[in-house]
Amino acid sequence: MSTQSRPGDTRDDFRPTEHWVLNKLPKYLAILGLILMSINMYFIFVVAPTDIVLGNIQRIFYIHVPMAILSFLGFFIVFLGSLGYFGVWNHIRIYKVLNFKCVQLNTWDAIAHSAAEVGVIFVTLALITGVIWAKPVWGTWWTWEPRLTTTLILWLIYVSYLMLRTYATNKKQGAVYSAVIGIIGFVDVPIVYYSVVWWRSIHPSAVLGPFAESNSLDPTMNLILLFSFLTISVLFTYLLLERIALRKTEDDLSQFKLFAQVKRIEYGD
Amino acid sequence: MAIVFNFALNINPQQISEIAAGIIWVSFAFSGILIMSRTFVREQEQGGMEGLLLSPISRDVIFLSKVLVSFLFMIAIEAILLPVFATMLNINSFSWILIITVVLATLGFATVGTLFSFMAVKTRSREIMLPVLFFPIILPVILGAIEASKGSFGIGYEPSWNRWLPLIAIFDALFLVICPWIFSYLVEE
Repeated sequence: MSTQSRPGDTRDDFRPTEHWVLNKLPKYLAILGLILMSINMYFIFVVAPTDIVLGNIQRIFYIHVPMAILSFLGFFIVFLGSLGYFGVWNHIRIYKVLNFKCVQLNTWDAIAHSAAEVGVIFVTLALITGVIWAKPVWGTWWTWEPRLTTTLILWLIYVSYLMLRTYATNKKQGAVYSAVIGIIGFVDVPIVYYSVVWWRSIHPSAVLGPFAESNSLDPTMNLILLFSFLTISVLFTYLLLERIALRKTEDDLSQFKLFAQVKRIEYGD
Repeated sequence: MAIVFNFALNINPQQISEIAAGIIWVSFAFSGILIMSRTFVREQEQGGMEGLLLSPISRDVIFLSKVLVSFLFMIAIEAILLPVFATMLNINSFSWILIITVVLATLGFATVGTLFSFMAVKTRSREIMLPVLFFPIILPVILGAIEASKGSFGIGYEPSWNRWLPLIAIFDALFLVICPWIFSYLVEE
């Protein structure tokens, strides 16, 4: 037997990731998220003033808005991860500190895949809460309004992203092909948005961000929305990191199975 | 398609000019997706892609030639279909705006379609994957083409093509750059 050790010879090669970001951080985020979410629920249902025009149904928007924004963030992460998978970030180096070359291609793929799954969950919840809100307020479950249509198209693109992974003949192919959708889909979203804006335009105007009208929200509501955003960001980060760790474990496991098969052939077992 | 729509929608001559553009572009999209799904089938079945990749030409050229072939096929079919539709739907179909719209939209259709066709043909269940991947992405082009054609038929309160044609042109320019670049990664796989 050779003395040189190869990957797969010892059990230590297949231990789940030890990095604190994937190992320790999700546990703390889970506890933090639980505490924040309970406070958030108290804020939304007890502290927040009832909207004069819309009534209690307006409270759903404290969940709806952060969900929608964070799903877009998720798809942006898919875009970055897909570019990373094609090695785009390898050429970029910031003061020799942020060197992306050390990140494995497989890790980029894991990030993109996880962000896509979490993003699809968030955008689905945003669509469902939006539909529940729309029925009493607009009197219809669904309308072909720009932001709704864009979000639906976004949902379709990223569901097809996940489908493509499932239907690929092997993992490498799934990773490459879905990275293509991750890039093209993200580039396409602004064009879809503008095309649908020109096509038609009853969604309440933006209440947060650069296009917000001033004083459109009660100060208490504004604070609670920001708090809710913080809470759901913690939830998002937790889910994302936990999914990346799970994906890493899946990869390690499949590699372990492969090595086990090789060993069995080597030793004639 | 025009006949099926006629029975499906039960239209009268007043409404027909409103929805003619929609009928035309649904038919074009349908014929387009049939062409796209065949683009790489022969290469896949007989291993011709490996031969192409071994030959001393750049990957961009291979991709753009595939785009050109799909584009020309679609233009040929549209050139036959458009007079037929114009007769059956009773519209004044000839105008330069309409021709520019058809060319620009078909170019965008062929560019993105060729890339997705290459991916879809290699996955399991290729017939399902191509429309699922393709239609959400191509939506702005189809929407823009319908609205611009409507404008060229003289329907609508304003000449709507002056914002839709630039939109389709931007889409074309963007994806004519991105798709060949991505194709070079795809064939490495």
